[in-house]
Amino acid sequence: MRVLVGLGTCGIAAGAEKTYRAVAELRAATSVAFDLSKTGCIGMCYREPLVSVCQDDGKTFWYGGITPDRVERLFTEHFVQGKPVEEWVVWSDDGLGSEQAYFARQKRIVLRNSGWIDPESIDDYLKMGGYKALGQVLAAKDPESLISTILDSKLRGRGGAGFLTGMKWRFARLSPGIDKYIVCNADEGDPGAFMDRSVLESDPHSVLEGMSIAAYAIGASHGYIYVRAEYPKAIERLNIAIAQSVEHGWLGDRISGTAFSFNVKLKEGAGAFVCGEETALIASIEGKRGMPRVRPPFPAVKGLWDSPTCINNVETLACVPWIVTNGAAAFSALGTANSKGTKVFAMAGKVKRGGLVEVPMGITIKEIVFDVCGGIKKDKKFKAVQMGGPSGGCIPSELQNTVIDYESISKTGAIMGSGGLVVMDETTCMVDVARFFLDFTQRESCGKCTFCRIGTKRMLETLTRICDGQGKEGDLERLEELAVLVKNTSLCGLGQTAPNPVLTTLKYFRAEYEAHVSNKKCPSHQCRKLLTYTILDNCVGCVMCSKVCPTKAISGEKKKKHLIDQSKCVHCGECHKACRVEAVSMD
Amino acid sequence: MRRTDHHRRQSGERQSVSEMRKFDFKRQHFAGQEGQLIPLLQQAQTIDGYVSRERILEIHEKSGVPLAQIYGVATFYAQFRFAPVGKNLIRVCHGTACHVSGAGSITDAIEETLGIVNGETTSDRLFTIETVSCLGCCSLAPVIMVNNSTFGNLTPAAVRKVLEKIRKLGPGEVL
Repeated sequence: MRVLVGLGTCGIAAGAEKTYRAVAELRAATSVAFDLSKTGCIGMCYREPLVSVCQDDGKTFWYGGITPDRVERLFTEHFVQGKPVEEWVVWSDDGLGSEQAYFARQKRIVLRNSGWIDPESIDDYLKMGGYKALGQVLAAKDPESLISTILDSKLRGRGGAGFLTGMKWRFARLSPGIDKYIVCNADEGDPGAFMDRSVLESDPHSVLEGMSIAAYAIGASHGYIYVRAEYPKAIERLNIAIAQSVEHGWLGDRISGTAFSFNVKLKEGAGAFVCGEETALIASIEGKRGMPRVRPPFPAVKGLWDSPTCINNVETLACVPWIVTNGAAAFSALGTANSKGTKVFAMAGKVKRGGLVEVPMGITIKEIVFDVCGGIKKDKKFKAVQMGGPSGGCIPSELQNTVIDYESISKTGAIMGSGGLVVMDETTCMVDVARFFLDFTQRESCGKCTFCRIGTKRMLETLTRICDGQGKEGDLERLEELAVLVKNTSLCGLGQTAPNPVLTTLKYFRAEYEAHVSNKKCPSHQCRKLLTYTILDNCVGCVMCSKVCPTKAISGEKKKKHLIDQSKCVHCGECHKACRVEAVSMD
Repeated sequence: MRRTDHHRRQSGERQSVSEMRKFDFKRQHFAGQEGQLIPLLQQAQTIDGYVSRERILEIHEKSGVPLAQIYGVATFYAQFRFAPVGKNLIRVCHGTACHVSGAGSITDAIEETLGIVNGETTSDRLFTIETVSCLGCCSLAPVIMVNNSTFGNLTPAAVRKVLEKIRKLGPGEVL
């Protein structure tokens, strides 16, 4: 029997390390023999800490919410007596478990090993067929047909832009140069996206194998992984994985006796969102300020240290070994006409089952939110999804039947992006969301292009004013005008897409903006300064509200109706929260 | 071009100062060369908790990279701090998921309790507040990270309790 505890970053945050220790202590205290390992992210972040039990007869049970105090019962009933604790099972391969619906629509290619293997063990990876694809590629000695395979699979870059991966490789291969580089872009900066982190923490070898295959295809002998410094666990596990694969001869000089040599170095990012852009990333690896430059020349021609460079995203590279082993046709059989395969989404926000899901392209937004993720928290009204992070946009609930593929998402004004999908309900203010994203891009603008540097600042000021109730006639028109200017006059993707959140919310939620500007009201009751608190007639005079009021704006005698002095009110909402009889209204 | 530099160095030929400078800092560490500016700054911050002027001077003297260039790079990246931090670094996540789940009220509660604003350190050097873009624990939103411990599903009341707990720790204890 093998017991795996999910120790990804979110698992650890939920206390999985304590669970792991509790299991280890019980195992040491008793003579029950089983293999205990850590694993990465199973994907069900909403049910952490997760424990997976693989029985000797091949059956697997995943348990959710296993806090240390639940370990003992699990241990006695399942590990010793062999009876699964059914009420805690979230998924099992014989159909047991409360969360079967979460997995029913998923197809796991990128996450194929996540939650099944110990990310710090190369043996586990080899057992799952790891490095078979690389062996196959090296034996075939035909980089051209390898590139054709990737082209046939129609795999598109998962970092956001969706460029054909095979095409990228071909350009880099055809580019003249002795030294070529392959770079894995793991600078996942979108707030709300965490699939790259999860893949690196759960299955680092698949990314390394994908990189080696890419290196063989383009003729590179050096590779970099540019990973965020904010992901310490991913860095730790990547370092272990690199050392292991060097030891096993899957990285280094003359890999498995062939003439192919490939070395990988890890480069920690230093916290700049713009470094997700290819040319900025290259500048950062070279030790410079991470500022984008004009393209062409494209990195495939002149990249890192002026050599041909191919930059691929983590998720893209993790797909590669699977495509090589299973064939291009198996991959392109999934998805829509122009978007093949699967996509991993990081589901967050007001959704019941938040976590990682991998679904075939072509599924609709509605299916992913309601069928896979169980709908909206507290059964509130579904308002919108935000896709593509700060470069993306908000897609309203009216368009929930939009299918997920690159073209359909772009048509709505959002972008596929790297896969962050934040779900919003009726209590989310769309003006505030637009302001939030613009605040982010404005801070992260590198400052090279004037419109991106100053234009986003002016847009942010306008949005902040609107949220504060100082909106003026003509503000919305000015926002739209500036948004188009910023888009058209910026050099890189950051500036070209920064106005997207504003433009999409203006397009789909204009009435909400108008309510802020003309009526000085926030329909979702989020913009604090636009809220007015009043005490209703059902006030029982319990004095709770006047006690909590920080500015002493509430007066009234005991057992009599109280009154708020609007000139003193700072709209903090404490009275609304303190009232036990719902006599403080918020509008 | 790089290849000739590399060969010349290996064969022991003399290099001019300007060539040396170019060599050190355009050179990837595959050639076995150290002296990459960003890793050096990161190392400095790991050791001291921030990037001090002394360290920058040290890097400048040892590597020959102009001071302006070092400052240019150091100030560009959000990771680098130029003032020491308190004993407990509180990182408040302001990712999208945390934002829609009320990260603003968490920041307000922390700022109010400690009497400082984002980026500042308390006068007893116990706490520093820093807002970050995303800690990647979106399903536990809103989230804060104190040193290396993460706290999720917070409310203003819960976060005040966390701060209280840290205050009660002894001088030698770290969360």
